[in-house]
Amino acid sequence: MEALSISQTKSRLRLALDDIREGVLSNNIWGMLGWLEVKQRYRRSVLGPFWLTISSGMIIAAMGPLYGRLFGQPIGDYFAYLAVSYVIWQLISQVITDACYAFINAESFIKQVRLPLTVHILRILWRSLIIFLHNFIIVLLVLAYFRPAFGWHLLLFPVALLMFVVNAVWVSLILALVCARFRDIPLIVNNLVLVAFFVTPIMWSPQMLGRYQWTVNLNPFYHFLEIIRQPLLGGELNLVSWAAVPGITVVGFAAMLKLFSRFRARVAYWV
Amino acid sequence: MSHIRAEDLVVEFPIYGARSRSLKNTVIRAATGGVLATDAAQRTVVRAVDHLSFDWNEGDRIGLVGHNGSGKTTLLRALGGIYEPVGGSLSVHGRVASMLSLTLGMDDYATGYENIFIRGTILGLTRREIARMVDEICEFSELGDFINMPMRTYSSGMSMRLAFTISTSVKADIILMDEWIGVGDEAFSEKAQRRLAELVGQAKILVLASHSPDIIRANCNKVVRLDHGRIVDEI
Repeated sequence: MEALSISQTKSRLRLALDDIREGVLSNNIWGMLGWLEVKQRYRRSVLGPFWLTISSGMIIAAMGPLYGRLFGQPIGDYFAYLAVSYVIWQLISQVITDACYAFINAESFIKQVRLPLTVHILRILWRSLIIFLHNFIIVLLVLAYFRPAFGWHLLLFPVALLMFVVNAVWVSLILALVCARFRDIPLIVNNLVLVAFFVTPIMWSPQMLGRYQWTVNLNPFYHFLEIIRQPLLGGELNLVSWAAVPGITVVGFAAMLKLFSRFRARVAYWV
Repeated sequence: MSHIRAEDLVVEFPIYGARSRSLKNTVIRAATGGVLATDAAQRTVVRAVDHLSFDWNEGDRIGLVGHNGSGKTTLLRALGGIYEPVGGSLSVHGRVASMLSLTLGMDDYATGYENIFIRGTILGLTRREIARMVDEICEFSELGDFINMPMRTYSSGMSMRLAFTISTSVKADIILMDEWIGVGDEAFSEKAQRRLAELVGQAKILVLASHSPDIIRANCNKVVRLDHGRIVDEI
């Protein structure tokens, strides 16, 4: 246990940065709590989190042939595309919807012990990643069967995943903060995520838009989806997305730091 | 040197979701509770801690007294770094243990043994530190073989014994306590009181909020009476 010293000599920005740094370093706490939550949710079920794998697998198995046919796509390519995209989307959407409740659900913690707020963010992020790894089995199975032409791009997959996680931190912090104060926001976010599922190229590919193909570049979800899935699916490197993501990261972190330094101390009063 | 120093400390709660206007009109000053006021943005706020100044040093055993809603718990939480002051300054130096909730984070489906690690981690201990004290905790809490059973099989007394033992294993310079903790049947209770007294004894500063004059008298050398978030009496 560290010596606690509260004094107001530090700037708000400094305190916010300290919170994030200490939060990341408290990996024993968020690692344990995140894992515990996965265990709690699936306690006494035989398959545990693999039920999610099965549920995602069923959705993909049902949608693959149907939409492949509707869109007139070669079934093998489309199936692999859909499976990989859908599993990644599950991760993205779960991170976003869970982030809304990161502080609200951690009320008892926030009011009883002094922990960096970032711990509560990383805890749910960690939980989402654990579930993603379970779902990833589907990706492995599909890829093993359809064998797309991997190249050296495969090496970019961990890099892309890491970039996603880094961005998930600022997105989650902003959402958790805003949702703790305004309790309508989680409901709005839920709706938007559902809409995003349909307007993001998950079931369909940008080429199907013809001359409006460029519009997908306005969708930030698309860029993250693209950098993660492309290394797995083969094909050309999407340079627009690889350029967009670092830009989004910088802008996002700047916005988050501004908001977080201003309102970090208020969270205990809001939850 | 451990110390707690506050100058003009203010803690205010904004009230959201309440119809602040009508509340403002009808309730100007509550019979119990903090001072209702409005802040700069015209929101209704409860000022739970109202311009407090104090200077507590090593050897101080502070007893916080006052009726319900006088600001005792809020002040404890502010000292524990949970509520950051809205105004004034507060400086707390030393390792703080706040005994506000003994069971926070414990999982009913995990075994007692696992819960020692869960609680210990939340209290800020490393795995190695916990491993070093785990035997002592098992022994003191007298759970026997139940330590390897899920906690939901425990009686409430057993869970409390375990929670108490874990929380009192962490040494600290400053101890914050909301009501003196009492657990277990007669035999255990006696043992527990000795352990608690020992923990408090090695701490440099104790801040104890309590309604019981006897407990305050037995454990404190200074009494601070709060009313509507202000110090009205200091002995």
